[in-house]
Amino acid sequence: MGTGTYLDLLLAGLAVTIKTAILAWIIALAFGAVIGVLRTLPSKTASWIGFGYVEFFRNMPLLVQLFLWFFVLPELLPKAAGLWLKQLPNAPFWTAAIGVGLFMSARVAVQLQAGISSLPRGQKQAATALGLTTVQMYRYVLLPMAFRIILPPLTSEFLNTIKNTSVAITIGLIELTGQARSMQEFSFQVFEAFTAATVLYLLLNFVVVTAMRFLERYVAIPGYISGK
Amino acid sequence: MLGSFDFDVIRRALPYLFLEGMRFTLTLTVLAAFGGLVFGTLIALMRLSGYRLLGRVAGIYVDFMRSLPLVLVIFWFYFLVPYIGQWLTGASRPITVGAFASSLITFIMFEAAYFSEIMRAGIQSISRGQPAAASALGLTYSQTMRYVVLPQAFRNMLPVLLTQTIVLFQDTSLVYVLSIPDFLGAASKVAQRDGRLVEMYLFAALVYFVISCVASYGVRRLQARIAIVR
Amino acid sequence: MIEIKNVNKWYGPSFQALKDCTTSVAKGEVVVVCGPSGSGKSTLIKCVNALEPIQGGEIILDGVKVNDPKTDLPKLRSRVGMVFQHFELFPHLRIVDNLCLAQEKVLGRKHEDALARGLKLLERVGLKDHAKKFPAELSGGQQQRVAIARALAMDPIAMLFDEPTSALDPEMISEVLDVMVDLAREGMTMMVVTHEMGFANKVADRVIFMDRGEIVEDAKKAEFFGQPRSDRAQKFLSKILQH
Repeated sequence: MGTGTYLDLLLAGLAVTIKTAILAWIIALAFGAVIGVLRTLPSKTASWIGFGYVEFFRNMPLLVQLFLWFFVLPELLPKAAGLWLKQLPNAPFWTAAIGVGLFMSARVAVQLQAGISSLPRGQKQAATALGLTTVQMYRYVLLPMAFRIILPPLTSEFLNTIKNTSVAITIGLIELTGQARSMQEFSFQVFEAFTAATVLYLLLNFVVVTAMRFLERYVAIPGYISGK
Repeated sequence: MLGSFDFDVIRRALPYLFLEGMRFTLTLTVLAAFGGLVFGTLIALMRLSGYRLLGRVAGIYVDFMRSLPLVLVIFWFYFLVPYIGQWLTGASRPITVGAFASSLITFIMFEAAYFSEIMRAGIQSISRGQPAAASALGLTYSQTMRYVVLPQAFRNMLPVLLTQTIVLFQDTSLVYVLSIPDFLGAASKVAQRDGRLVEMYLFAALVYFVISCVASYGVRRLQARIAIVR
Repeated sequence: MIEIKNVNKWYGPSFQALKDCTTSVAKGEVVVVCGPSGSGKSTLIKCVNALEPIQGGEIILDGVKVNDPKTDLPKLRSRVGMVFQHFELFPHLRIVDNLCLAQEKVLGRKHEDALARGLKLLERVGLKDHAKKFPAELSGGQQQRVAIARALAMDPIAMLFDEPTSALDPEMISEVLDVMVDLAREGMTMMVVTHEMGFANKVADRVIFMDRGEIVEDAKKAEFFGQPRSDRAQKFLSKILQH
């Protein structure tokens, strides 16, 4: 094989990494937002659910979680559903995206909770005084500010999501690290393969950080912290 | 289905899982946390030393490590450590390094990047008057660091350092990619051998969960106590 | 004892913190440095033990040039005591350990000797009962007295005070000043940055007035309080004495 095809393989791996990470990130943001909000509600039940969710996903290694979704879940479901799951085409991809997404959602929830609690108490009171419902208050007042505040930590959580997709190599997802690893096995060009993968990860990081910086500037509100 | 859940598989595997697997995992966690803290503190001191070049080198190392997935770093070191060993010892062939040593070096180097950021924040959280007072008493730079600055930084950051250690404890499961029998690796071996994936993986998940929960509960208690003392 | 000759200091390229400052403190003398905030008085005192570097001129302490790269600064600093505005006790060490640390690590004293010396000084500042406490358990005035004891434990040849009472609640100021007055009367060489003109009046030999990085006035106490020569010093004095 020529170097051209090696590079093609790595780029294909990179594409899988990006696809998995983006889907996982959407899941993480959606679930993280709900759980993060739950944790800030006055209701005891809501905050207990939020707490339990976060503890569940934070206190098990990601690798173990992926194994649970991939190997254990189909066995625990009713036969037909389990069989359907097992025969799903592209199962490693879906498992990785959902597994990494749920794992990261707990972290997003923690960040969002911190962001919401960092807002001045008067905001909540002002929204209530204006007659907004709780949903409206979160939708129009609290979340828009909270998400802006936690944009920098969310950037690093997104980077973590990208890096974490590589754990799915263990359930057979051939993403960037997996591609480098398999090239090493059949071509013995370990150094070249890993170096190329490393460079691609660095590039990906750089692109994300730059993009997020633009986003931060774009959504910045004059007179507020992230506006500098 | 749960009806056919075989507890006996787990019971029979317990000695192997804990005496071999968990011992490996815990030893790796503790040694890597200790080594990572020592190295990380050195890196943090380099970054804050005021020497441009030293600070840049340390900064690049930290950013580099933090940009890469741990799995890739594990593969890198697994492949590189024998060559580094050859270079260090001047041997004629790449030296053979055991699975444990290789993973220990990997985790120390990797965690040092994360610990250094924590220690840096800890050192920066101490008011400038403290080192000034120490040097006014005649303490040298290293005495100031050793007796005044670092103990305070370490104490302030203890909850964060411990939380990072819990993350490290979970991350050590990734040595699975090298087919090393850590706790998860051992569970996986039994699972494959006996064809009992459900039991073994659920049990492994439970063990990780309980240990991490208890540990993070302890950290929260500690944090509350520190908050009162201040 | 302390000689300050034509000292110049810049922060960055444009801001000059000290302009051509020259003065001295003789053995056994008590000199009070005052002036409005930002006048450079704290900067000047921190230059004496090289906590701040200087860019021009020279400072000589007991015959040793402070701003000479060959000077062993830790050794030099161990011979001059310094008391800070915010006390700067080490919060992770008990009071006794605060007193012993530098005695053992810098002077190489044995622990028992350091302890004995430390306890004696604690007794002197009236805090012997607090020896086993942590700094945060003491009031501001008590902490500052410990800080003075910590400096004295090194058997310094001179003491520098950088606004020792300005971070204190009013009712605690006198307990610290009393210790300082005693010290002055025993003949300790002292350089004190402070706004406490009562203290200056009681024990100072000379008063230095600084403004915008310059030493505007440097006079015997009686002259300074009698009739300061410069307008700026007169204005400053009237502002802080009128209440």
